[in-house]
Amino acid sequence: MTDQLKTVPLNDLHQKLGAKMVPFAGFMMPVRYSSDLEEHHCVRNGVGVFDVSHMGEFILKGPKALDLIQRVSANDASVLFDGKIQYSYLPNEQGGAVDDLLVYRIDEEEYFLVVNASNIEKDWNWIQSHNTEGVPMINASDDLCLFAVQGPKAAEALQKLTSIHLAEMEYYTFKKGTFAGLPDIIVSATGYTGAGGFELYIPRYAAIHVWHHIFEAGKEFGIKPIGLGARDTLRLEMGYCLYGNDIDDTSSPLEAGLGWVTKFTKNFINSEALLQQKQAGLQRKLVGFEMIDRGIPRGHYELCDAEGNALGHVTSGTQSPTLSKGIGLGYVPTTYSKPGSEIFVKVREKLLKAQVVKLPFVKPTV
Amino acid sequence: MTFPEELKYTKDHEWIRFEDDDTAVVGVTDFAQQELGDIVYVDITTVGQTVEEGEIFGSVEAVKTVSDLFIPVSAEVLEFNDELEAAPELVNEDPYGKGWMVRIKITGSTDSLLSVEEYKELIGE
Repeated sequence: MTDQLKTVPLNDLHQKLGAKMVPFAGFMMPVRYSSDLEEHHCVRNGVGVFDVSHMGEFILKGPKALDLIQRVSANDASVLFDGKIQYSYLPNEQGGAVDDLLVYRIDEEEYFLVVNASNIEKDWNWIQSHNTEGVPMINASDDLCLFAVQGPKAAEALQKLTSIHLAEMEYYTFKKGTFAGLPDIIVSATGYTGAGGFELYIPRYAAIHVWHHIFEAGKEFGIKPIGLGARDTLRLEMGYCLYGNDIDDTSSPLEAGLGWVTKFTKNFINSEALLQQKQAGLQRKLVGFEMIDRGIPRGHYELCDAEGNALGHVTSGTQSPTLSKGIGLGYVPTTYSKPGSEIFVKVREKLLKAQVVKLPFVKPTV
Repeated sequence: MTFPEELKYTKDHEWIRFEDDDTAVVGVTDFAQQELGDIVYVDITTVGQTVEEGEIFGSVEAVKTVSDLFIPVSAEVLEFNDELEAAPELVNEDPYGKGWMVRIKITGSTDSLLSVEEYKELIGE
């Protein structure tokens, strides 16, 4: 397997910085540089940088690009304007999702899609298979690095490197401009942490140059490199879904709480079946829960009622660094999905009490 | 990483220190704590029980992962280091000192324990 793993362009740098590298989504990725907790708090309270260059980027062009996106994506991309971003997913024909993604509108005839690393090939083939009008598509995944500079100090730190007015940018918008001396860089007010900040799409050849500029600019704010470990605890505190854990090819996006990005005002792949499911009522739902008894939920642990009867399973779980207690996401029957419902997590054959809560677990600062 | 000479080790990354009174103290190695990352909970379920060599005597929970703890020798588990209840990070900060996990009374053979050299070789140090 090892020889099939890809590396990100800054792989050597991460190793020099002391990162523990692990296989993730087909890439060797930094999971931790110093400590998961330190890195987590660094992003919540200051500013940190994730190298998430494993993510995939597609460019769709031409007068028919929007039609293609509208067919494959559940959200309504026709409401986008230049510089606006939306979260969405690609439904499959079996009631699940091929992937979740971000859709950027560069202009009327150019869209930029950001997809999960593990799904780059699957998504490309899927979209191509529905590309009956011959929309020109470019897979830019290998040409672009992605740095997520996240945290309440991100705007102040990065402002030194660009004339784009960062503090004014609204969440889920982007601007193209000069960044660290490079022209036409996409600076996107997005992230996967709830801590605020920006995502920067950098041509591969300039990655190291930009990385060093970011760290120089962030020095006075105590900027640090952040691994995928903290990325996961940060996203889970927000209740954000992770493809492959909380959503996948077989589970219903509606049950996963993605109804808000499922727009039945247009036709898209599997929209009729999803609409029927919505109208019939959902049998189970993805909920957030907090541990009341001491313990930490982990993926695949069983969720039970007080008698130990199975209700469903945990899809993501961790100790929350902010709350200092176990938190998780998991599927339960709709009758158990109301905040306050008591459920139990089976941890090493013991039933530990937990409570369904409203998401997010931690108040975002964006 | 440090591996004290006077301790014995296991392939599951525990260490054991023999005391004068027929008891021994068990914890996890510096290598183990580094691999696990920040430890947030040490869950010992076997105090008062007799555990056979290689059986699970508890679990150690890090932020991102959970790992079983295996008893290095057949023994009765006498005591849990209850300082870890409030301060599990002691396992990261001082794995061979304040981060000890259980005190045990040995009831079986100690033949399969590893010397410091054997342990270092195992982890490629």
